[in-house]
Amino acid sequence: MIELEQVSYGYGDTTLLSDISLQLAPGSFHFLTGPSGAGKTTLIKLCYGALIATKGRVSLFDRDAQQMSRDDVAKARRRIGVVHQDCQFLDHLSVAENVSLPLTVSGRSLADPSELDDLLAWVGLSTQRDAKPPQLSGGERQRAALARAVVMSPDVILADEPTGNVDWEMSLRLLTLLVELNRMGKTVLIATHDMNLIRSAKAQVQARVLRISNKNVHQAGADL
Amino acid sequence: MKARLSTLMHFLAGDAQADRVVPPTGYTARLTVFAAASMAFLAVFALALSLATGRLADSWGDALAKSSTIRITAPLDQMDAQVLAVMEVLATTPGVKDARPLSDDEQRALLAPWFGPDLPLDQLPIPKLVEVIEDAEGFDPEGLRARLAGEAPGAILDDHARWREPLVRAATRLRALGLVAIVLITALAGVVITLAASAALSANEQVIRVLRLVGAQDNYITRAFVRRYTLRALGGAVVGTTLGALAIFLMPSVGDQGNFLTGIGFQRWEWLWPALIPLFAALVAFLATRQTAKNVLQEKR
Ligand SMILES: Nc1ncnc2c1ncn2[C@@H]1O[C@H](COP(=O)(O)OP(=O)(O)O)[C@@H](O)[C@H]1O
Ligand SMILES: [Mg+2]
Repeated sequence: MIELEQVSYGYGDTTLLSDISLQLAPGSFHFLTGPSGAGKTTLIKLCYGALIATKGRVSLFDRDAQQMSRDDVAKARRRIGVVHQDCQFLDHLSVAENVSLPLTVSGRSLADPSELDDLLAWVGLSTQRDAKPPQLSGGERQRAALARAVVMSPDVILADEPTGNVDWEMSLRLLTLLVELNRMGKTVLIATHDMNLIRSAKAQVQARVLRISNKNVHQAGADL
Repeated sequence: MKARLSTLMHFLAGDAQADRVVPPTGYTARLTVFAAASMAFLAVFALALSLATGRLADSWGDALAKSSTIRITAPLDQMDAQVLAVMEVLATTPGVKDARPLSDDEQRALLAPWFGPDLPLDQLPIPKLVEVIEDAEGFDPEGLRARLAGEAPGAILDDHARWREPLVRAATRLRALGLVAIVLITALAGVVITLAASAALSANEQVIRVLRLVGAQDNYITRAFVRRYTLRALGGAVVGTTLGALAIFLMPSVGDQGNFLTGIGFQRWEWLWPALIPLFAALVAFLATRQTAKNVLQEKR
């Protein structure tokens, strides 16, 4: 699905990520951890073509991201659901409209409109469906962002700290949603520094944990 | 051009959903409508000015091309001889197509506005007038004057229409200036709308980022903005054009097209021109916004 081969990335003179090789195979479940500022968000952005590697090769669905036109990247993103760390919405549209935005921009619609209600209920936003994003709490925004990321039923879900602002109970619920999607065959990558979340996920699913340190990713052992 | 027009129509007609993703209100929005309205208003006047001066230049130019007058002042008993002498001179002057003394009736008609209709012309030492029609080349007025001075000392060449020559030139120039004004107004409309669109695009950076994140292609984003701005420009221009046309329509008219000020206006089919202004404004907005959006998107990923 998404593959990084000896990828490096830096801002100006500083190298943030160096010589990273990583493969998100279909149906795999990955966690990405590491201290704040390690480059988790940057790595995720490389994975959906928002950033271009300074060295190495990033493949999105077997195509070199660097060679892809903007429209090709846009098309690839319809197969990648992204939960951005600072969940961005269109503030003048309702929650329901924001959640279905990926469908809108690709000219599609849900086979059954009630699916949207189900999805909103899943993330606990049924009563907020007509609210505007600025009226939502931080946790509600993250849930809306997750709903938007999965509405297209994408092949890959990249979630950057999706449980950063939500209580433990909701964290588990969101995790269950992601695990459920993974069981349906979706590839999932979650960046988080919440070790408890990782532990409870490992009880449910075969997850690989990657840790960023020294500008590279290492597979974390059973020492969690 | 045809392809562009059909794309334009496509934008105007359909996909109201697309521009929902752009926040509806904003400073630049009102600015665009106002700018389009003002420039359409100005364009109506520039058009009216061009058309009016064009008509003026044409009609004065016609009159100018045609005639001069020779005025013969002589004692009554010498008058006929001098008229004859003048006619002889004119017959052998190159560039003169036709010459004819005005009849008493015609002279009376000329003087009637000042002295009333009952003027006893034959008893008054009124100068006799000879109308001279030039051919395409025209005659040399100085040469003719010199010959007249020799043959008929009482005759004075009054190339009376020639005083209009600078006016005709001015009118022609004014028409050109009117056309330049239209070109400038169009360019200005393009510039203002480009500025407004790029301001809107950078104000909506967040919108573009979100649309990109959820997989919107360039065309979709462009269309959202272009449709907004094209419709705004169209709406503004309709208002501006209507007000401008109304103002022209309500201009007091003396019904004399020779008078420059009262001649400003549109006649019959000329009303088609101002009607085209809103469409043209929409086209300019369409092209300007599309190019701006393309440029802005080019810089983003
Ligand atoms: N556009 C940028 N220019 C310069 N430095 C940046 C930029 N974006 C992020 N960084 C830096 O890169 C580092 C990694 O950021 P990030 O990937 O967000 O880390 P994480 O998500 O693991 O906290 C941080 O130190 C951040 O300050
Ligand atoms: Mg981060």
